[in-house]
Amino acid sequence: MNRRQSNRLIIQVLVIGLAILILAPFVWLVRMSFETNAQIFAFPPRLWVAPTVANYVALWQTEFRHSFLNSTIVSLASTSASMLLGVPAAYALSRMRRRSDLLSLWIIASRLAPPTAFAIPYFLVYREIDLIDTRLGLVVIYLTFNLSLVIWLMRSFFENTPRALEEAAWIDGAGFWQGLVRIVLPTAAPGLAATAILSFVFSWNDFFFALILTRSDAMTAPVAVVNFMNYEGWEWGRIAAGGTMVMLPVLLFSLLVRRFLISGLTAGAVKG
Amino acid sequence: MSIAAQATATKLLIRQASLSRQRRFFLAFCLAPALAVLMVVSLLPMTYLLLTSFTPLNLTNPATEWNFQHPLLNYALLPGDARFVNSLWVQAKLSFWTVLLQLLIGFGFALLLNLKSGLVQAARTVFLIPMVLPPIVVAIIWKVLYTPDISPVHWALRALGWDVPALITNPGWALTAIIIADTWEWFPLTMLMLLAGLQTVPEELVDSARVDGAGFWQTTLHVLLPYIRGTLMVAGLFRLIDSIKAFPLIYLLTDGGPGSVTEVTNYYAFQQAFNFSYLGFSSAITVVLVAATMLLSWFVVRLTGWGAVE
Repeated sequence: MNRRQSNRLIIQVLVIGLAILILAPFVWLVRMSFETNAQIFAFPPRLWVAPTVANYVALWQTEFRHSFLNSTIVSLASTSASMLLGVPAAYALSRMRRRSDLLSLWIIASRLAPPTAFAIPYFLVYREIDLIDTRLGLVVIYLTFNLSLVIWLMRSFFENTPRALEEAAWIDGAGFWQGLVRIVLPTAAPGLAATAILSFVFSWNDFFFALILTRSDAMTAPVAVVNFMNYEGWEWGRIAAGGTMVMLPVLLFSLLVRRFLISGLTAGAVKG
Repeated sequence: MSIAAQATATKLLIRQASLSRQRRFFLAFCLAPALAVLMVVSLLPMTYLLLTSFTPLNLTNPATEWNFQHPLLNYALLPGDARFVNSLWVQAKLSFWTVLLQLLIGFGFALLLNLKSGLVQAARTVFLIPMVLPPIVVAIIWKVLYTPDISPVHWALRALGWDVPALITNPGWALTAIIIADTWEWFPLTMLMLLAGLQTVPEELVDSARVDGAGFWQTTLHVLLPYIRGTLMVAGLFRLIDSIKAFPLIYLLTDGGPGSVTEVTNYYAFQQAFNFSYLGFSSAITVVLVAATMLLSWFVVRLTGWGAVE
């Protein structure tokens, strides 16, 4: 018994040590965002420096503000569109008897395909129809992964809601839409919230498509931070501030839905 | 049975039949818009990609558009293209090491975290962070760590009297640098999947092994590992498929270099299409990658019974 307790203690100490080690790179970036450039280049680094928000203020006065807004609008629009289209479809799939392996494979493949597979055709077509560097263009290409994500995740949530409830509603004379909106959706509310959040996170995190399909007007925050690195020299403080701002919303949202992260990241193949 | 009762029963049957027809119609109505949009946003572009791969499309030369004179030329050129062959090799090295390290580290962490303790539960959330950061932010973090002027790691090593050159500009070390960063980013995923697997292991199984005198390593090797073999396979396949898509880390840390030591196939396709404008040739490379992805996804579908009723 005593040996077991000491084992537990060792494991706990080990876990804390590893957690600090794993988190250190991330904490370092956040810390840098509150330092002046002189402090960043100081050798050896001070353990404690008085934090400054100068980097954030300077960053917010550049075009970055506009890109941040673009990211927000595009992610919200793409999430709404995917939910509107995908939720009824997921419901239908969960209530159908026959399943199509081909459809499954297709939905999965469009989530896992290498990014150039969509970037090349979209780039060529957008040039013709003037959708390069527009938010609409990004919203549409984000549907390639978000719509399949929503269909996949929501289908498994709907499968766990009892059919008896909606069937009882129909017998009481409710229409099919009413049954879906008033009975099924409220039961699946946590699933809806988690799916919407994951869909937002994936749109927000996209770097590749925004890099290829935007120039300036529709540029999103991740591309703006990288451009900042390339064109404005090595303003590390501001780069760190930009990185921190890009990751903050995503970090909060992801931790909110951590229970659903595995199924979200594996397109529903594995349940968390 | 009276005639009236029979009539009622028939009416009920008819009503049920019409209800079930209406229901089928309703379900089709729910499904159709999403399928139509999915067709337009993903099936059509894939077809377009396939068609483009049969042309020598180069945006600087209009004559190459929709030119199907030598449809298989791009594919015929692939095996002789040294940079393509090199990219496959780099891809193989990156995939092998990242999948292996992520499975090993993920399994190790999962074993540690499989302890019923409040503190360990809280630590699980902390370990998730690398995986949920935007990939480009992960790239920025590692760019900082790999830049000697500002990196705390380089400072620490210098303080110990060890002057280490920048890894990402060193041909011998650049790929290793990418592998380290990628492992940091994605071991939480394998860890979570394996932890979920470990929690399905029946306690009696572990206890009876203990009673039989098996130590920690023996229990792990002969009881736990065989039990979660399936999860291990799926986690590995998933990371393998995802490693084909590696982009932000390479883009920001090494840009495929030095030379082409970190140029994976996906990155080579990106260079061909958007730096050299050879969209036809790049499409052919991409088609090869999509085929590989499909094949691996098919294995996952088979292993997990994806789409099957649970």
